[in-house]
Parts: sequence; structure tokens; C-alpha cells
Amino acid sequence: MIRAVLQYDFLQNAVLSAVLASIACGIIGTIIIEKKLVMMSGGIAHTSFGGIGLGYFLNIEPIIGALVFAIGAALGIATIRRKYQTHSDVLIGMFWAVGMALGILFIAITPGYPPDMTSYLFGDILTVSPMDLWVMAALGGIILLVIALLFNYFRAYLFDEEFTTVRGIRTVFLEYMLFILISLTIVVLIRVVGIILIIALLSVPPAIARQFTYDLKKMMLSSTLLGVVFCLMGLWISYELNIASGASIILFSVLSFILVSVVKSRLQMLRKVNTDTKDTQL
Amino acid sequence: MKNVIEMSGVSVYYDQICALDHIHLNIKEKEFLAIIGPNGGGKSTLLKVVLGLIKPDKGDVKVLGQPVRHSQSAIGYVPQFSSFDKQFPIDVTDVVLMGRLSDRIRLFHSFTKEDREIVEKVMKQLEIDGLKNRQIGQLSGGQLQRVLIARALVTNPKILMLDEPTASLDANAKTQIYAILKELNQKVTVVVVSHDMGAVSSHVNRIACLNKKLYYHGEAQLNNNVVRQVYGCPIDLIAHGIPHRVLKTHEGEVS
Ligand SMILES: Nc1ncnc2c1ncn2[C@@H]1O[C@H](COP(=O)(O)OP(=O)(O)O)[C@@H](O)[C@H]1O
Ligand SMILES: [Mg+2]
Repeated sequence: MIRAVLQYDFLQNAVLSAVLASIACGIIGTIIIEKKLVMMSGGIAHTSFGGIGLGYFLNIEPIIGALVFAIGAALGIATIRRKYQTHSDVLIGMFWAVGMALGILFIAITPGYPPDMTSYLFGDILTVSPMDLWVMAALGGIILLVIALLFNYFRAYLFDEEFTTVRGIRTVFLEYMLFILISLTIVVLIRVVGIILIIALLSVPPAIARQFTYDLKKMMLSSTLLGVVFCLMGLWISYELNIASGASIILFSVLSFILVSVVKSRLQMLRKVNTDTKDTQL
Repeated sequence: MKNVIEMSGVSVYYDQICALDHIHLNIKEKEFLAIIGPNGGGKSTLLKVVLGLIKPDKGDVKVLGQPVRHSQSAIGYVPQFSSFDKQFPIDVTDVVLMGRLSDRIRLFHSFTKEDREIVEKVMKQLEIDGLKNRQIGQLSGGQLQRVLIARALVTNPKILMLDEPTASLDANAKTQIYAILKELNQKVTVVVVSHDMGAVSSHVNRIACLNKKLYYHGEAQLNNNVVRQVYGCPIDLIAHGIPHRVLKTHEGEVS
């Protein structure tokens, strides 16, 4: 496959997009699982399907439509939650379903032959276009920059929102910022694993990383590296076996997670048994 | 002595539920005040009003003579345990450093050498410098509480407010925490929420009894009637077997 990567543009694009996706995913994924926003992210992702439909209907780039819808959903959920203190899972559920429904509606009223939506739903890293790559690179850059600029504040906000507020730091601003970054991440990931599979790619790498470190920065870094490995392995599997890349990436990631968790707990048990026997020998 | 906190006619409602009802409370400089009262009595709400986390529906709060909004940096806050996730990937030093964040957001902020020295000093003072690199969840209750006190102290507060700092600690750890607070009280005003009448009695100099209304505010000597009114229960439950009694026995009662 390596020769093929050097030879074919579409494979080069795929590898590049895997790396870009992993950066966004490693940073924001870590935040999402620590702030318990996995379902929120799922809701934003599914809402963006409405934007993709709208993109087709208005004959503009669907990924731009997705971007607008994702940001709208993120800000909407954040605002309504703050203002009316609604349970966020109820809100998420509504945005989730309404987004999907709007997507279907827009596709249905778009004149002409209905487009194939599977690549948006399940991702197809092999069809990433140069335009997609530019969007991904720009959004990935924004995510990296904002987190680097405000890292200490974000960490404080994520760990203890109340104390950070008492310190006089505007946590509402940080929250909105974070929600926007989540929606940007989702747009970056749509082309790679698709709307339906996004939450797995967001949560699996940091879930593995957090078993080995309790440093937020290191967690982000190792999640990014794990993301690259998963995406490239998934890409390779999908290329060799000719199956959808989204599915192979997700399945490979989750299998790795299970493997790592089992091996780690086994090792811990062995270590415990060892020290126990040592203790009794003494 | 001048007042550092002045609350006048403060009422707070959560939807229809009244949590605080016309509270008038002045706290003096260098006072060591314990706020006692039953669960749901509004103790946490009162702290949050002073901290500016909750806006009172009625009444007026001044901290160091200024409206709450401008005085946040004057108060060091130690929340109840539950306000954060103990599994969060952060170590003790970074938690304490949080107290050094200032309200003006600066881009690419990093902590200065001075920040780190202050943190180091306070951690030594509270005898937690050996725990620097521990993840925050890998601490005992007493250790965690010291870390949170350290975080509040590095903000250089004039007032220290603690919400049930000794709940779920064993007797020994409780005594240590109160000894620390007593020492800190030489420089700062201390306001502590507690159910722990025993420990409170031997350390604080004033008590406020809160159950929606402020029933008592004064010397750390109470009579039965006030406590019965506040807690709605006989007080010998509270004062039983404790050497330093908060509670004067009722006249005529056999002690
Ligand atoms: N966020 C909230 N929403 C609705 N009611 C609340 C909220 N926080 C506290 N309350 C209510 O306000 C009252 C006072 O609560 P609180 O200040 O936490 O009491 P305490 O700290 O003394 O146990 C209680 O009746 C409680 O149920
Ligand atoms: Mg409370």
C-alpha cells in the first residue's frame, strides 16, 4: 500500500486527512470525555446532517452547510441549557432528531436524482477532496491555536468550573468557545468516519490514553498519536479489504480499546499476585 | 473592627422554594465564624451569594465595602467535595496553581516563577508538599481538603470561606483542619460551614445559625432554645460527650 500512497493522489489525501482529523480528535476528544460531553457531541454531529441536506438543496458545498448547522446546534444547546436549565439530554435528543429529519427533508425536496449520503453518514476517507482537506486544515489549525492560547484557563474550567468562576474568569465565554470548537471538530471528522460513527473516534483514543497518564496535555498528545494509528490502520484495512473506511477505523479502534483494557487489568492482577506472594514469603 | 461582609435583607428563591429569607449578617474583620444549620438550611446558598455565584432576589451584599462583582479576588473559596470530578487528569500542584489564575484572560498564559514559589510555600505550610505529583483522586479526604485550602490560600485572600470542609473526615483529620484554620485566622477572616459542633466549639469565636432565616449570630455559646428552633431536635444529640461544649445547658436542667 505504501507504493500506492506515493502513487495515488486520493491516498495521499486520505493519509493527510487522517492526520488532520487525529489532531482535532485528540485535543477535543480528551476534553469531551473529561467534561462528559460525548452525547452532546453526538447530538451536534447528527444535527449537522440537516446542514448537509441544506447544502445539496441550495447547491453549495455540503460540508459548509454542516459547519453552519453544527455551530448553530452547539450555540443553541449551550444557550437554551443556560437560560431555561433544561436537562441537556432532552435538548440533545431533540436537536439530534430534528437535524436528521431536516436533512431527509432537504434531500427529498432537492430536484433531480437523490445524492448518495452514505459517505457523510459513515465516512469515506478515500474520497476526501482537496477542498475538504483545506477546510479540515483550517479548522484543525483554529482548534489547535485556541486551545494553546487558553490552555490554563480551559484546564481550570474543565476541572472546577465553580472555582474558576469565583476567580473572576469568564467561564461562560470559555463554555461557548469550547462548544464552537466541538462543532468544528465534528466537521473535520465527518469526511473521515461520518456523522454516525464520530463519537467513537472522539472518545476511544482519549479513553485509552487516560489509562496511562493523568496529565491533560500528555493525554491530548497521546490521543492524537493513537488517532493517527487508528485512522491509518483503518485506512489500510479498508483499502485491502475494500470496505468502508469509517467502519474499519471505528472497529479497529474499539478492538484496540478492549485489548488494551484487558491486557492492562491482567498485568495489574499479575503484579498484585506477585507482591502478595512476596509478602507471604517474607 | 470594620465589617468585611455586609448582607442586608438578602432573600434567595430557587423557583418557588425560598432558600434564604431576609438575611441580615455582618461579618467583622478577623472573625472566625461557623455557620451551622440543618441540611437544606441555605448554608451553601449563603456562601454562593457572597461569592457572586448566585444573585440574590432581594437585598444587598457588600464585600469589603464594595458590590460583590468587584471583590471576587478578596475571597478564597473551598467548595464542597462534590464540585469536581476526582478522576480528572490533573495533579496536586496544578490544582493549587489554579488559585494563581487572575481574572484577566491572557493569551499563552503560563505560571510565573513567583506563582510557583507561592504555591510551594503554601504547600509546605499545609504539609502537602510531599504530594505534589499525585493525581487529585489519589488522596485521602484530609489530604484533599488541605489541597483545596492551599488552592484558596494562594489567591492571597482577605476572607476564607469553606463549605463543610470536615464532612466525611475522621476525628483526627478534623482536628488538624480546624487547627490550620485557627492559625490562618490570625491573618484572615474565616467563614466555615459545618455540622460539627464539637470541633466548632473549641475553635471558632462566633456562630451563625441558619435555617432559611438567620436564627442566631453571636458568641459561640448557645442555649437550647435557639438550637431546637434551628434544628428542630433536642440538643443533647449535638453536644453529647464533647469536652468543649458549645452549648450552655439550660438553667434548671441537670447536666
Ligand atoms: N440549584 C438549586 N435548585 C433548586 N433548589 C436548590 C438548589 N440549590 C439548593 N436548593 C434548595 O435550596 C435550599 C438550600 O440549599 P443549600 O444552600 O444547599 O443548603 P445547605 O448547604 O444548608 O445544605 C434547599 O431546600 C435546597 O433544596
Ligand atoms: Mg451545603
